Amino acid sequence: MDPSISVFNGMRMTGIDLVVSVPCINLKDILPMIDDDPSMIHVPVTREEEGVGICAGAYMGGKIPAMLMQNSGLGNSINALASLNKLFHIPLLLIMSHRGVEGETICAQVPMGQLTTSLLDTLDIPYVVPTIDNVEETILHAWAIASEKGRPVAVLLEIGFWEAE
Amino acid sequence: MKRIDAISMIARKAEEKNSLIVCNIGLPSKELHHVKDRAGNFYMLGSMGLSSSIGLGLSLSVPKRHVIAIDGDGSVLMNMGSLATIAHQRPENYLLVVIDNGTYGSTGDQPTATSLGTDLGAVAKGAGIQDVYTTNNEKELEQTLKKVDRGVVIARVGAGNASVPIIGLSPEEIIERFMTECARPSE
Repeated sequence: MDPSISVFNGMRMTGIDLVVSVPCINLKDILPMIDDDPSMIHVPVTREEEGVGICAGAYMGGKIPAMLMQNSGLGNSINALASLNKLFHIPLLLIMSHRGVEGETICAQVPMGQLTTSLLDTLDIPYVVPTIDNVEETILHAWAIASEKGRPVAVLLEIGFWEAE
Repeated sequence: MKRIDAISMIARKAEEKNSLIVCNIGLPSKELHHVKDRAGNFYMLGSMGLSSSIGLGLSLSVPKRHVIAIDGDGSVLMNMGSLATIAHQRPENYLLVVIDNGTYGSTGDQPTATSLGTDLGAVAKGAGIQDVYTTNNEKELEQTLKKVDRGVVIARVGAGNASVPIIGLSPEEIIERFMTECARPSE
């Protein structure tokens, strides 16, 4: 199965109906699928922190929100994830292309890539690392944790994930 | 005219239209709470800069309700990209009111860029928002709020905070009653 289609199927299966996005090359094939799906509102944003706010508003309005992003955007979102989501117990799915790990060719991606999981740990944000074979149910499960605990949960899509056939 | 006077006018409009309000952190939320507390007010307690974003996400999710976000000049300056996102989403049911008093009012009235030459109305237009209104006094704001339900209003007011008590609600109480109100069918 194609990795992008699998991620998209997982999002559909979960009932995600509002998606905020900041592009990453690894997400490029998912974004048009969201645009073409009438059950999803797609809100491309300028910066991830803005997306955290939009998703919080969407959740309060009854939506199941997700943010498609690169892990670099985690750094742009930290205050909002703490002083909005954590404070008010607002769930959020962070579907994150995790760059700067095994297989990375761009050196600038490495520092933030290496910091990503420890930043998530510090923020008390659980994360899951799916493979192509389990990504659909992993996304579903991640939202179940997020909504039950009222907090963000990250789905980390590592470089190797996109190379699966 | 001070910020609390603008907030009073917005609260009156919200009552008339049964609007949901997302209110910026700090003194704006305390002033709104003091003027007119209601379940349909979401008081931000942190995440400076995100009032316009929360309001946008909410308005897209409850298209049958009217949504007003109350923001400040310092906060919009912190999240100016939000104006571009609002411009391309163009929600019909969303009014963003930026109360521009030229200062960071909650932290000791340090000047913001709007008192040093930045024109937020021009920024909003430049971001692509079609309906942008700037008001300079009480009468202009009152007339604008009467006729305008969508787009962006930049309400210029004088600096200064009202002496109002803190909000005696927990974050859980604020969001719980707000979400219950959001889920109610529109009248």
